[in-house]
Amino acid sequence: MEYFVQQLINGLTLGAVYGLIAIGYTMVYGIIGMINFAHGDIFMIGGFVSIITFMVLGVFGITWVPLALVCMLVMAMAFTGLHGWAVERIGYRALRNAPRLAPLISAIGMSIFLQNYVQLLQGARNKPLPPIISGGIELMTSSEGFTVKLGYMQIIIMVTTTVIMVGFTLMIARTPLGRQQRACEQDMKMARLLGVNVDRTISLTFIMGAALAAAAGLIWLLYYGIIDFYVGFLAGIKAFTAAVLGGIGSLPGAMVGGLLIGVIEVFYAGYFSSAYKDVAVFMILVLVLIFLPTGLIGRPDIEKV
Amino acid sequence: MTAPLLLRIEHLTMRFGGLVAVDDVSFEAADRQITAIIGPNGAGKTTVFNCLTGFYKPTIGMLTLRRPGGATFLLERMDGYRIGQVARVARTFQNIRLFPRMSVLENLMVAQHNKLMRASGYTFFGLFGLPVYRHAEARALDLARYWLDRIGLTARADEEAGNMAYGEQRRLEIARAMCTEPVLLCLDEPAAGLNPRESAELNELLLFIRDEHKIGVLLIEHDMSVVMKISDHVVVLDYGRKISAGSPTSVRNDPVVIRAYLGEEEDEALPPEVETDLKFGA
Repeated sequence: MEYFVQQLINGLTLGAVYGLIAIGYTMVYGIIGMINFAHGDIFMIGGFVSIITFMVLGVFGITWVPLALVCMLVMAMAFTGLHGWAVERIGYRALRNAPRLAPLISAIGMSIFLQNYVQLLQGARNKPLPPIISGGIELMTSSEGFTVKLGYMQIIIMVTTTVIMVGFTLMIARTPLGRQQRACEQDMKMARLLGVNVDRTISLTFIMGAALAAAAGLIWLLYYGIIDFYVGFLAGIKAFTAAVLGGIGSLPGAMVGGLLIGVIEVFYAGYFSSAYKDVAVFMILVLVLIFLPTGLIGRPDIEKV
Repeated sequence: MTAPLLLRIEHLTMRFGGLVAVDDVSFEAADRQITAIIGPNGAGKTTVFNCLTGFYKPTIGMLTLRRPGGATFLLERMDGYRIGQVARVARTFQNIRLFPRMSVLENLMVAQHNKLMRASGYTFFGLFGLPVYRHAEARALDLARYWLDRIGLTARADEEAGNMAYGEQRRLEIARAMCTEPVLLCLDEPAAGLNPRESAELNELLLFIRDEHKIGVLLIEHDMSVVMKISDHVVVLDYGRKISAGSPTSVRNDPVVIRAYLGEEEDEALPPEVETDLKFGA
């Protein structure tokens, strides 16, 4: 029982990260109908910008943890937002009316480019971050002496993720920008006729997705304490799986899917085999694509005539 | 007929490869009048609209919109979204293009997003509900309510637009176009598929728009009862060319128009019973 609770906590923490990344996939899919495979690498860049910011803050002697974290988050969001914007502007905009395969291939190219660009600038070695938040609350102890621990880090991660997701959901549901995005998603041409600047809306979508991925990158860095240029690939594909599981195109779906994938991965690693935990996740992808192609919360895709 | 000029189309030509969809069409639409464009299927009516609203870049031609205030816009040079945002031309489609999974009210709010975006400081004030934004939103809601009232959908404002009946969707589309506060409203077959009662309501709505909101309306229509009843000026296209223009009565009696609708003289070589069938068919 204690072991189960501990795994659930770990799983939800990891799931929060996947959920944040998955939103980026699902939003871009919703609005322009393509899978942005460079999104995982945007997430990786978020992690790198965080660690660089941390180093720079260290040089200036700013070590108060909350301030440092806020600075890291803001810088990471700003820089990845810029990257997200650039990726769309350079890689996808010209291909918007091209056959679906073209932007997909362009996305894979962008992904490889971003990985190599970070590898060149930052080197191929792992970048470690000293643990800056440690400790936690001991929730319960079993008779065998197994202690369930909820780390302060995990609390911060869950609270941050919840705040970001709630803010984001409100933005989509309540603000004119969100309404504009939903309009573009349903009928881009009509939205344009009503005076919506579609190009700008799409750019903003990429920037917002990238900012969320940056938050995920920061969390990942804090949680694992290590980052390298390749980390975005696997995390990105898992987050994509989360988006598909939740129903691609659906925001609540991405959040739920992310949490589920995190929990599944951690439980599989905890109870069966940690070496094959990735297999578990990709089995889910296969099963969902075969048996539940619209995902848990997705809407059936009706071909427009 | 001395209403001020609103839209001048000069030498509009649109080619798709070898196909000439619109061939050197020139006409004018006056402010506060309903100008109807009629013609057989494939005459190029919708293509004219598509050029006007930035869907197509015309091959040749000049499309000048002159606002009552005096500002002039060359529509063929503007980006699609700026035609709606800056020049304020709104349109509807032959097949309904609402945002089906948004509520009726939200469809009307999307149409007002430009002023809302500005008031919301590009989202942030809106997110925190600052007064600037709340006032702008209240005004936008007022306008939306006004139009909901007009088209009789107030009670169903929060339902998904896709669930409305066909005639209601048609009216909602017009209301949405009006929420952009246009100076020129382009309607592509608004009466298609409407029953006579709905059609009569539509006439009333269009006349209301012309008289109360004092804007110009450009109308593509097949339903002659609508055209003859409400339009001030009629332009007839056939095979991409303008073949006639004038008041509804003069156009109706123009032999060129009758020939375009009912066939060429040679057709009279057909056996008389076929000829009769054709006439009834038309």
